[in-house]
Amino acid sequence: MLNTNGTGAEGAMTYPAAQNDLNLQRKKLAHEQAEIRLKKFTRNRASVFGLAVVTLVVLLAVFAPVIAMHDPLAMNTADRLQGISAQHWFGTDNMGRDVFSRVLYGARISLTVGFTVGVTSGLLGLIIGLYASTNQVADNILMRICDGLKAIPSTLLAITMMAVLGADIKNVIISLIVVNIPNMARLARSQALVVREQTYIEAMRCLGSSRKRILWAHVVPNILSPMIVQMTFVFASAIITEAALSFLGAGVPAPAPSWGNILKEGKDVIYTAWWMILFPGIFTALTVLGLNLLGDGVRDLMDPRNS
Amino acid sequence: MQKFIARRLLSVIPVVFVVSVVIFTLLKMVPGSPAAAMLGDLATADDIAALEAKMGLNRPLVEQYFIWIGNMLHGDFGMSVVGNETVASVVFSHVKPTISLTLYALVIATVIAIPMGMLAARKKGTGADHAATVVSLAGISLPSFLFGLFLMLIFAVKLRIFPVSGYVEMSRGLWPHIRSLTLPAIALGFMNAALMMRMTRSTLLEVLGSDYIRMAKAKGVRNVALVAKHALKNSLVTIITMIGQSAVQMLAGAAVVESLFAIPGLGQLMVNSIGRRDYYVIQAIVLLIALFNVLINIAVDLLYGVADPRVRAA
Repeated sequence: MLNTNGTGAEGAMTYPAAQNDLNLQRKKLAHEQAEIRLKKFTRNRASVFGLAVVTLVVLLAVFAPVIAMHDPLAMNTADRLQGISAQHWFGTDNMGRDVFSRVLYGARISLTVGFTVGVTSGLLGLIIGLYASTNQVADNILMRICDGLKAIPSTLLAITMMAVLGADIKNVIISLIVVNIPNMARLARSQALVVREQTYIEAMRCLGSSRKRILWAHVVPNILSPMIVQMTFVFASAIITEAALSFLGAGVPAPAPSWGNILKEGKDVIYTAWWMILFPGIFTALTVLGLNLLGDGVRDLMDPRNS
Repeated sequence: MQKFIARRLLSVIPVVFVVSVVIFTLLKMVPGSPAAAMLGDLATADDIAALEAKMGLNRPLVEQYFIWIGNMLHGDFGMSVVGNETVASVVFSHVKPTISLTLYALVIATVIAIPMGMLAARKKGTGADHAATVVSLAGISLPSFLFGLFLMLIFAVKLRIFPVSGYVEMSRGLWPHIRSLTLPAIALGFMNAALMMRMTRSTLLEVLGSDYIRMAKAKGVRNVALVAKHALKNSLVTIITMIGQSAVQMLAGAAVVESLFAIPGLGQLMVNSIGRRDYYVIQAIVLLIALFNVLINIAVDLLYGVADPRVRAA
């Protein structure tokens, strides 16, 4: 995939009219490409399903205060462990709180954690990986650190960090970012090394482009798509790990309605209140499934071998 | 081959060094002095300072690191805050259930995933293939604790086939032992089974599309022999890697599954240690599993040499 934007140097030498014509053609081409991509994406039913699920969960999370009929934290001991009813769509929990409202507000926590972790670890990984790809000494040091961090299984590293930092949503995000950076940095580095060897980069170098310009105007745009795909998968896995940490009592602290917390409380009353496990469980699994399918779809779309 | 082994073994040193630095740094980030924590609320500032000096906590960080790593190389992992026991003995007493659980999960995952992946590759595009795809997608989206909860709800609470939780030692009979570990092992193995199935399918498809397979087909080799004898051999490197990585992931995933099913293994010990602020136990378990991870990776690399003559030559 060639970058079509960064051609300022020769543009100044053409006639204005010809330049306009060229721009018009470029726009047309970009438009056509976008259309082809959209068609390809919509033809893949799995990724459309993924997009639909993710959009739905995002909407539910954003409009949670409007949709939820109850306060997710309001306890009502008279209504403890009630089954499904018109009043309580997903029943109530062991403290009489409305499970439906808690699941909706839980989506806010999960999506916030997942999104923040995905984007931040992606950006930091990108910077580290790019730096490593340009500097031999830094490369050796940074990649050994990444190897060491990767030797500790991510769940265990996250649990250990939570044990040290203390249960808090901010610390969940920090731990998960640290856990995910090594893979992101490795990906960015390897992709950058591949792109830097391409003929057109060599041509840019011969034309006298600065290293900075080559890096930011040509290498970065070309490694962005695999990074974005990977961010989607990190988004999904961060949701899983957050839920697992909260389930173990080492994640988001108790009264907050995180999906992991609801499941943890549901486990204690598994004989009486199946709804406390089924509904937050389905929401977690569907959101993760949706993100994975979406990631697969985007990957197929970006893969030049498919076009 | 000897050069290959030597180089591979040497490459372990930086990894283990970084792992130990990471764990040491984390330990140093724990708020409050460990000496104060050990002495309790009634200790005076002098007592704490005396114990800190005795534990070497007033020395420079680099020196502390070398004392710490030196102690561990001598097998001294410190004292657990519970029950006046050494960390080594506490950790050792929790190893057995985790090994049983991980092996069981690994067997379940391998026995299900590899034949199913082979089937899906052979019958590409048919119902069996689609079914395998759906199962593998479910596996990737269902975290082990969630799948475990669902299994618990269906097979223990509703159908009452398996116990909800708890662990029976092997000395009290093999069958009760296996029965107590079945749901946890399925929960732990499912995600890796899904990944293995996907990988087996894709590598096998790649191999089945190659020229030498077409040649074998032209010579009239039967289907079963084609997959089992010719194609599987060349997919072996990928399959060995997957099994090795799965073993490590399961060992780590056991933390969550053991807590869920109340199995007194390393994972449960680690999670309980968070509540007790027993950092030396946590550190020992993480170090142990990271070391195991490194060893597995070496073993996998060496097995490549056995499975693939091209690696041996290189």
